[in-house]
Amino acid sequence: MVQGLIGKKIGMVQVFDDSGRAVGVTVVQAGPCTVIQKKEGSKVQLGFGSIKDKRVTKPLQGHFRKAGADLFRVLKEFKVDDPDSVEVGQEILADIFDAGDVVKVVGTSKGKGFAGVVKRWNFGGGRATHGSRSHRIPGSVGQCAQPSRVFKGKRLPGRMGGGSVTVPSVLVIEVRPEENLVFLKGPIPGSNGGIVLIRKS
Amino acid sequence: MNILEHIEREHVRLDLPDIRVGDTIKVHVRIVEGERERIQVFEGLVIGMNRKRARTSVTVRKVSYGIGVERVFPLHSPMIDKIEIVNRGRVRRSKLYYIRKLRGKAARLKERSPRPS
Repeated sequence: MVQGLIGKKIGMVQVFDDSGRAVGVTVVQAGPCTVIQKKEGSKVQLGFGSIKDKRVTKPLQGHFRKAGADLFRVLKEFKVDDPDSVEVGQEILADIFDAGDVVKVVGTSKGKGFAGVVKRWNFGGGRATHGSRSHRIPGSVGQCAQPSRVFKGKRLPGRMGGGSVTVPSVLVIEVRPEENLVFLKGPIPGSNGGIVLIRKS
Repeated sequence: MNILEHIEREHVRLDLPDIRVGDTIKVHVRIVEGERERIQVFEGLVIGMNRKRARTSVTVRKVSYGIGVERVFPLHSPMIDKIEIVNRGRVRRSKLYYIRKLRGKAARLKERSPRPS
């Protein structure tokens, strides 16, 4: 069985679980993904999401044609536990997951633009009142003549978000293979409509 | 967006009575204690409602041994066995928070006529 899928984050909703508790879940449209290529080391390349022909380069179109498959927007590799059971061109559905599984979710976080240190690194900031003029500034960034430079890796303002974020353990609440939907407990990175990878962990 | 609305609608219960602010209701709540399950009844006045499809909740207030107790129930939760309407009060606002300051006779409501105007 393939150990993961590419999906699209639909959004969040509240459901009641079997024990009657209300849980906030993120609904992800996981798959169907097509196997494009089998790789060494028991891995497969999966494709997901439709795309216009003219947006795919000719070399990549050839790659898809070799698999006898349609064109896909996203290509990602996933591990397979038994490579012989998977064939090129095969569709992988959301039924590889079960309710109760713990999965790893990778998404692209929402971009925050150029962010200050309070937002980006959770600095405390300065005093708000009583004549303070240091509200959200970073403060001292180092020493004096020795070392007379700012150390690399110093936490400073800059671009925040828009990067790949992995959530290591997310509980699967419900799976609906006929609708390709997976319900994950709690939030996952990225905006609605974003591409996410779900891997078994 | 439609998918989410669809999923939420599946959880809406259709067996509930038409509860309004000002009603006195009995809420039968399932309580799981380890293996055993029993039903507890909470009777009180609905002093507020938050109408949000399957996330609808009601705030129920009662005075227990002289102490005001308020509980918020998720209306569509499977933990709610059933809800009975004891009394319907005539009210002119959506949230009856002013009741908290009143005691005894002053905290009563007039009964609503059965035919809503």
